Amino acid sequence: MQIRTRNLEYRYNINTPFEHLAIYDINIAIPARSYTAIIGHTGSGKSTLLQHFNALLQPTSGEIQIGERTIRAGVKEKQLKPVRKRVGIVFQFPEQQLFEETVEKDICFGPLNFGVDIEEAKARAKEAIQLVGLPDDILQRSPFELSGGQMRRVAIACVLAMKPEVLVLDEPTAGLDPRGRREIMDMFYKLYQEQDISIILVTHSMEDAARYADHIIVMHKGTIYKEGTPEEIFAAPQELLELGLDVPQTIRFQMKLEERLRQSIGGLSLSMDDLVEKIMALIETRRKKDHE
Amino acid sequence: MNKIIFGRYIPVESFLHKMDPRAKLIITILFIAVVFLANNGITYALLGLFTLLTIFSSKIPFRFLLGGFKLLFWLIIITFFLHIFFTKGGNVIVEIGAFKVYEHGLRQGIFISLRFFFLIIMTGLLTLTTTPIEITDGMESLLKPLKRFRFPVHEFALMMSIALRFIPTLMDETDKIMKAQVARGVDFTQGSLKERAQSFIPLLIPLFINSFKRAEELAIAMEARGYRGGEGRTKYRLLKWGIRDTAAFIILLVLTTALIVFRS
Repeated sequence: MQIRTRNLEYRYNINTPFEHLAIYDINIAIPARSYTAIIGHTGSGKSTLLQHFNALLQPTSGEIQIGERTIRAGVKEKQLKPVRKRVGIVFQFPEQQLFEETVEKDICFGPLNFGVDIEEAKARAKEAIQLVGLPDDILQRSPFELSGGQMRRVAIACVLAMKPEVLVLDEPTAGLDPRGRREIMDMFYKLYQEQDISIILVTHSMEDAARYADHIIVMHKGTIYKEGTPEEIFAAPQELLELGLDVPQTIRFQMKLEERLRQSIGGLSLSMDDLVEKIMALIETRRKKDHE
Repeated sequence: MNKIIFGRYIPVESFLHKMDPRAKLIITILFIAVVFLANNGITYALLGLFTLLTIFSSKIPFRFLLGGFKLLFWLIIITFFLHIFFTKGGNVIVEIGAFKVYEHGLRQGIFISLRFFFLIIMTGLLTLTTTPIEITDGMESLLKPLKRFRFPVHEFALMMSIALRFIPTLMDETDKIMKAQVARGVDFTQGSLKERAQSFIPLLIPLFINSFKRAEELAIAMEARGYRGGEGRTKYRLLKWGIRDTAAFIILLVLTTALIVFRS
């Protein structure tokens, strides 16, 4: 399912003294079956933008097209459930939304709201809990006796069980330990590769953006600063650093190394393997030179 | 949620903002009493004039003020119609079927609605122009004499300031959890009354749990920083009574005298 915006603008508290322009001039297209990362500083409007993707916020100007539905500014929309069924959002710190007596009931909550029958919902709960890497017996426990990391996984399972076509993730790994982080991000990537879904990841982590996304949107002060493939975005690391954004550590390392050696080692290293390969090649050529 | 302005503070520089919170509190309380003195056209006009003067000196846009109290105005309209239909006396003005609108009913309806209106605006302006911290500081200072009767004034003020401090936090959190649950297919606006009441469970339970957690964390943080109650604790912000506050009292005194003179 494709998501497309045209001149989208959103103002908070419109027509009050608190009015505040959050995002403007947003023209993006997120194709079906894609992995898009949205990066930007806190306050750059990322979270406001993502709430438009399932019509939690409706534009104050411009329009957004979600699949076949078009939501225009000034038109009061009803019956948004079908949109929300197709676009699932995992919010920041999603464990705060858990409320049921058992994990199973909590995971079934979403699917049941969207008209799935109880048998199917329970089957989905089982499937989702395995996807997020938790044992089956956790289903009968109370979500409030779990650890923070487990609660996060359960909350993610709640959204996965809805089987959305577009999965929007707002910093899904914030506050987790490095290992849990990696596991969860790898799980999302596997899901993206194996199933017919697109993923929109809002993140601070340039490593994650470089590693997983095939398209990156950089937001700055409420509008799109730049967009393109990871190679295109990170080809100008200086630009990102000026915006106060980070670049992946492999690129930082490569920059330092090239400065020291006063020579390019070629291309951009977006992953550790990539970097290691280039350095090995460099060592190899130097050795050959020494022999000659 | 954003349209409700009751209990919110709007930071602007104005006469009303600069007044001592103690003066504002006392004047508001006195005003509530004084409103009941009015009983004829002239006295209500005087009250209206005073209210307008107060709005003007707060520098808060009139239209914004009216928009913010929209919900409460429904209450006023309902009271107005209740009086129109149920108060009898005087000549009949209009007759619609079985209903008769009497002169007294209309008069009473207008007066009571105005009374409501003045009270809402004045109490609203108090919170719009005074920060929650100023209000509690003012309260604490005003209630000090009660200490003699072993009333825990400081604890009371602390309780109030904590409650007020966490209202915006709670509002933000409500908004956040509401959105998360809407994204999971909850509909807060449709369905029967029972369904709607049930749809609030996924909102209320997380809110309660988070509040308890926060209360515990706050208590620990306060103790870790050596909080031991009000004994011997000094103040960072000192309240200052100025010429403005005395002036406001004189204006209220003039109003009260005028009301007593002109009331019938």
